[in-house]
Order: sequence, then structure tokens, then C-alpha cells
Amino acid sequence: MTETVLRTGAEKRRFTLDMRALSPFIALIVLMIAGALVNPDFLTASNLLNVVTRSAFIAIIAVGATFVIASGGLDLSVGSMAALTAGIMILTLNHLGGSDMGTLALGMLAAIGLSAACGLANGLIVTFGRIEPFIVTLGTMGIYRSLVIWLAAGGTITMRNFELRELYRPVYFGSILGVPVPIIAFLLVAAIGALILYRTAFGRHVIALGSNEDVARYSGVPIWRVRTLTYIIQGICVGIAVLVYVPRLGSATPTTGLLWELQAITAVVIGGTALKGGVGRVWGTVVGAVILEIVANIMVLSNFVSEFLVGAVQGAIIIVAMLVQRSVHRGR
Amino acid sequence: MASVLRAENISKSFGPIEVLTGISLDLKPGEVHAVIGENGAGKSTLMRILSGHLAPTKGSLSLDDRPVTFSGPVDAEAHGIVLVHQEILLAPDLTVAQNLFLGREIKRFGFVDDKAMRERTRAILRELGTEIDPDRQVGRLSIANRQLVQIARALLVPHKVVAFDEPTAVLTPIEAESLFGIIRKLRDQGVAVLYISHRLNEVKAIADRVTVLRDGRHVATRDIDELSSLEMARLMVGRDMSKLYPEKPETASDQVLLAVRDMAVPGYVEKASFTLHRGEILGFGGLIGAGRTELFEGLVGLRPSHGAITLDGRNVDFRDAREAMAAGIVYLSEDRKGKGLLLQQNLRVNLSLAALDTFSHGPFIDGAAEEKALDRAIRDFDIRARRRDLLAGQLSGGNQQKLLLAKMMLLEPRIVIIDEPTRGVDIGTKEQIYRFIASLAAEGKAVVVISSEMQELIGLCHRVIVMRNGRIAGEVAQAGLTEDSIVYLATGVHEERAAEIAAGHA
Repeated sequence: MTETVLRTGAEKRRFTLDMRALSPFIALIVLMIAGALVNPDFLTASNLLNVVTRSAFIAIIAVGATFVIASGGLDLSVGSMAALTAGIMILTLNHLGGSDMGTLALGMLAAIGLSAACGLANGLIVTFGRIEPFIVTLGTMGIYRSLVIWLAAGGTITMRNFELRELYRPVYFGSILGVPVPIIAFLLVAAIGALILYRTAFGRHVIALGSNEDVARYSGVPIWRVRTLTYIIQGICVGIAVLVYVPRLGSATPTTGLLWELQAITAVVIGGTALKGGVGRVWGTVVGAVILEIVANIMVLSNFVSEFLVGAVQGAIIIVAMLVQRSVHRGR
Repeated sequence: MASVLRAENISKSFGPIEVLTGISLDLKPGEVHAVIGENGAGKSTLMRILSGHLAPTKGSLSLDDRPVTFSGPVDAEAHGIVLVHQEILLAPDLTVAQNLFLGREIKRFGFVDDKAMRERTRAILRELGTEIDPDRQVGRLSIANRQLVQIARALLVPHKVVAFDEPTAVLTPIEAESLFGIIRKLRDQGVAVLYISHRLNEVKAIADRVTVLRDGRHVATRDIDELSSLEMARLMVGRDMSKLYPEKPETASDQVLLAVRDMAVPGYVEKASFTLHRGEILGFGGLIGAGRTELFEGLVGLRPSHGAITLDGRNVDFRDAREAMAAGIVYLSEDRKGKGLLLQQNLRVNLSLAALDTFSHGPFIDGAAEEKALDRAIRDFDIRARRRDLLAGQLSGGNQQKLLLAKMMLLEPRIVIIDEPTRGVDIGTKEQIYRFIASLAAEGKAVVVISSEMQELIGLCHRVIVMRNGRIAGEVAQAGLTEDSIVYLATGVHEERAAEIAAGHA
């Protein structure tokens, strides 16, 4: 290939890559303006804090999904995994029966441990079974979901100890220096995620693996370990999201976390991470998650579309986001 | 004689950068016209303009003395100009006949007419002098046969001009010779053949006229008889190229660094044994598919293999490339784009990938150290990138190879295995790479060069081991290094004929 032909490609690429990184932020601003026009209540501090708080679960899960997707994988099981983790955590708390900090800490530990184990299972099957991650996590999605339905016997798993509920409540409803705890949690997760992805050798390996597995292998990257770890990170993120989610309702049902995988993957794609791997944008992902919640919020505040169609709109957003990514890619 | 295709004063700019400046070229029916030049000289761009893939910014094309503009490659094909691409562009899961007629299937009552297509395919392939089964899956053909299928597909449309873009890059000398037979046949039928290459020997063998490009400009068009290979090289590079290969360093020792015994790579190599000495450059020759690449991929743990490997007298067994690297052995793949570099990532990420540990404090990467290493690599290896934040895929083949070398040298290896070190690399860079390889040996490292270019093995190596059909066929010492001796071991033609005679078949 002629070097000179590529030269001009470089100029264009520079422009489009910037576009790719910036586009979620631009979309966010456009949506804010649209929201303000639709309903004056939209731009109030309380509404905005509320919106961002509600986006916390998806944002935290989506940070994990950024790792999996940037390495060329996919995890469809996050919603079911969240439901199972929430269910087991509540059952553990109920079983322990105490209403002190120690009980709560044990329950949290169980949640994180279980979700990390679920991620490990996904990772091991993908790497050592050499099966497409789509199929593996489609399978575990069904497994995790039906396990929680079975545990709940089709009903609801509820935290029984009210003192414990009161103790746990601030993790979702509380705030530190006026900032709701879920927002702090998700900013922390995103910051740590960004640090790992951008500044560590492991993060570099994730990107290398997603760019080209063969090159990674020929360069001595321990691809089995890296790939499995991305799924474990995804699991831990699901666990953290559950820690914030459980005090909100104090229960888990068969429909807990339904379609969260759709929202998490949508957030990642909106954020500019390439679905084929090799590019990961943690902060873009976070913005993507907020965008999804803002869209839902605007739908509630306006009367244009029924809010029952939120899922449909979010489904449409991921398709549009993919089309935009493709056209940006072609423009190179 | 009137020209069939003529380009006048063709210029091509991409944005502000002019890549071709005022090129004129006329192509006569019944001639093989070679276009030569270093990588980046503008050969491919010119070819793409002539075959309708690109529109020229300035200048005009005329076909049979009538001005013509092509709206695209399909339009050019309709005018009888076909391009045989450098890369194999076939669907591996379809059969030969299905590939040949892909997108232009013969139909009967609205359904594809397999019988007719099969017959046409067989006829065309026979014309090309091959008996490939039209029902065979393309993925199961050898590279050479795939290229034949690709040529057959190009020739399926009525053609006046056939352009070949570096067609022998993946062929062995013997396969290349049969390709030349096809090209001569085309020429004798009155077809104008445009032949792009940077292999001067083969240009000398096949072309009637040569056009030399350098830096997007026309340097010369001459009859082949007026030009020696050396002059061609000089015109291409613009300086004297009499010394392509450096002096072989006198460092080859008897000290065995690596000994391999009965190495087997299932499906590719059976029982290969050899030794590698400190300070030597050991060549591995043979045809494509002889198992050279697989042998060394097996050795460094990139493929399942078994056998006894001793490094410095100690038994070793590498499960992956990481372990081999830790022991001081690096392997540079022949497939730079697919296995060597992350084309979508920048130079820095590529450079440090294999040696990331040395750039890390705890879990964190030291970006400043990476930048410094990139500065050093750009200087030491003369990597020519217009900007530092270029992606690896935007470098020319030669600069990619230098980047890959720089990347692997960060590991400070003792044994360097380089697979096809100069494939797709221009002649100026070749010289640099050869000098670098010689300097590695001079430092006391051991170098293995796997190459399909005989001249390279002869010019560079202290010793050459030749493989054939997954076995080591023999070894040629420095004193006996000739093309004949390597070809003889690689093909074993005489041996097989002798066996036939012995068996009474002759």
C-alpha cells in the first residue's frame, strides 16, 4: 500500500477520532437543551441529581462492560447476574439475622464474591471452552435468571430485618456533602476503571487483545488471563451496582435487572467504545449511561411518548449509535 | 504501434499532498510493461487510477486513442481493463467455480446454472495450464492455486489490458515461473500486460519495457534490453545500490546456543533437528508450505509441538510466546499486519507491547519512559513516520518492519527469529534491515532468517538449512551457497525423478 495514500487518511482520522470521543458529550449537551425546552422542571438540581442517581446502577455495570467489550468480548448475563446477586445477598442477610454493621459487611462480601464468581464462570467458559462469548453469556443469562426465580419461588425476596434496612438505607438515599452516595460510588468506579484501563499494563493488554488477538498472542500477552479478568471485573462491577441497588427497594424479584444488559451495552456503545474491541472509553460509557436515563426522564416529563416505551426508545438508541459509529468509521 | 491504453500527465493529490506528478505511460498491445519503484513511489496509486479505482486529479486517459474516464473499477472492466489484486480476494468457503462467477453467475430460468459455470471454469483453468477441480473449495487450495483462480476470475471478462499488482509476492520461484508462462501467453494473444513489482530479477525475466517511478515522479521508460538489474535498482533508489548485502560478520562460532532434536509440529513438521550457534545467521529456505514458519512457531510455543529443545545446555519447553521471550528468544512473524503489529493503535502502544513489564512501576505504565523509548526506536531504526501519533497501519511496509524489529529488540533477546524479514519492503529499507541483522550477529546474538528469497539467504546467512514437506532436506554451508543448491534441496526434483526411475515408472 502506498504510504502517501495513507497520509491523507491520517488527517481525516484525527478529526473523526476526536469526533468519536466527543460525540457522547455533544449528545449529552443537546439532550440537556432539549430537556430544558420540554419541561422547565428538567434543569432543576434536584431533578438532575435524581436522574444521575438512577443511572448509577447501569453506569457501574457499564464500566465493567467497557472492559469486556474493549477486549473483544460481550457479556449478556449482567442483568440476570445482578438479580441473582441481589437475591443471594438478601437471603444471606436474612439468614444471618443480625442488624449490625458486621452483618451488612458479610452480606456485601457475599454479594461481591458471588458476582465475581459469576464473572469468573463466564470468563473460564469463554476462554477455556473456546465458545463465542455471545453464546456463553446467553446461556448463563438464562441460568442466573432462573436460579433467582427458583430461589424466590416465583415471588419476591425481601429484607426482613427493618433495623438492618434502616442501617443500609443511606447507601442509596444518603448523600455526602450534598452529593448522593450512588453518584459518588459510580464516579469512584469510573475513576478506578479509567485508571486501570488507561494506565496499567493490564489495561493495555485489554486493548491489545481487542485490537488483534493474534498480535497480542505473538507479543507474549497472557491472553487467557487477561480475557478471564475482564469478565471478573464485569462481575465485580455488577456486585457493586447491586450493593447500591438493594437498599433502594430492599428486595429482589424475578424481574430485577431485566434488560440491564441492553442498557449497559447501549451505554458502552454510545460512549464510543468499539463493539469489535480495541477501543475503550470509560468516561464515554459513564456519559452514555447518563444519556439513557435522561432520555427516560424527558419521556416522563413530556407527553410526546408514553413512558412505557422507554425500552423501545433505548433499543432504538443502540441501533442509531451503531449506525453513527459505522459512518464515523467509514469516513476514515 | 498504436497504444491500447495511454495515460498523459496524470497527477493525483490527496488533499494538499500530491502523490503522483505528471506521469505519462503508454501501453501497447502485446507487450509486458513493468512498473517498478520503491514502496511509496506511487506504483499502486498509478495502478489504481489506470484500473478505475481512483480518479486522477489532473491528466487524462485514453483507450484506443479515444479519451476515456472510468466511473469505477466495474466501468474499467467493461472497457476491458482488469486488475489482478495483490491480496487474495476470494471466498474461502465457496468452490472454485462459485468464486469465479461470484456476482456474475450464469443463470437459467432464474436459477444458477452450476453445470455451465463448472464447464466454463474448467475451460478457463485449462487455458491457464492447470487442472484445478472447479468443485474444490478455495480454502483447500494452495496459495499458488488460489492466485491462479484469482487470475482466472480476472480473465473471465473480455480483456485488453491485464494489470498484475506484485503477483509473485506469495509464490515460490517455480510457481512464479508458471505464472510467467501465463503472462507470456496473454502477451502473445495481443493483450497488454501491466506488471507491478519490486523484484528486479523477475522484471528482467518477464518485461519488454520498464517504467521506473520514484517519489511519485516518472524517472525513465526503457526497453528491458537497455537496462541491467543494477541500473534498475539505481534508477529506483536514486543512488548506487551495488552493495545491498553487508559483509557477513566473522562472529559465527561453534558454541551451540540452541539445539533442537526431533521437533514435530502436528500437521506441518515431522522430526526436525538442528543447532544454532552463537553469533551466526542461520538461514531457513524452502518452498512456501514446507513447514519453516510452523517449525519456529512450534519452537516458541505459538503452536502445539513436541520435541527436545536445549538452550545453553538446559532443556526447555515453551508453552507460549511469553515464556520464550523470557528465555531470550523472540519470533517476528512473516504476517506483520495480522500477527506482528496492532494496525489500529499508535506507534507507542505497538512498540512497548511485548516489553510492557520494563515500562511499568508496579501495575502502572510509565508513559514518559515509553515516549523516550519511541524516540530511541525512531532514531536507531530510522522509522520514518510523518507524525508520532500515526497508527501502525498507516506506516509503509518497510517502516512497519522496522517498528516490529524495534518492538522485539526491547526484550533484549539472545536469539532472534525473523520470518521473511523483507517481504513487502522497499529496496532502501531492505539494505537497512540486512545491516541490522548483521549487526545483531556481530553482537554475538544468534539470528534465524526464514526467507523465500534465495538471494537473501545467500547474501546474508552463514549457513542455510532447507526444508521440504515438513522435513529438513539438508544444509548448505557458506562455501556452497548457491541458488541451485537451495532449489535442489527445496524441490528435490532430481531425487524424485531418480526414485521414479528406480521404481521403473520413467
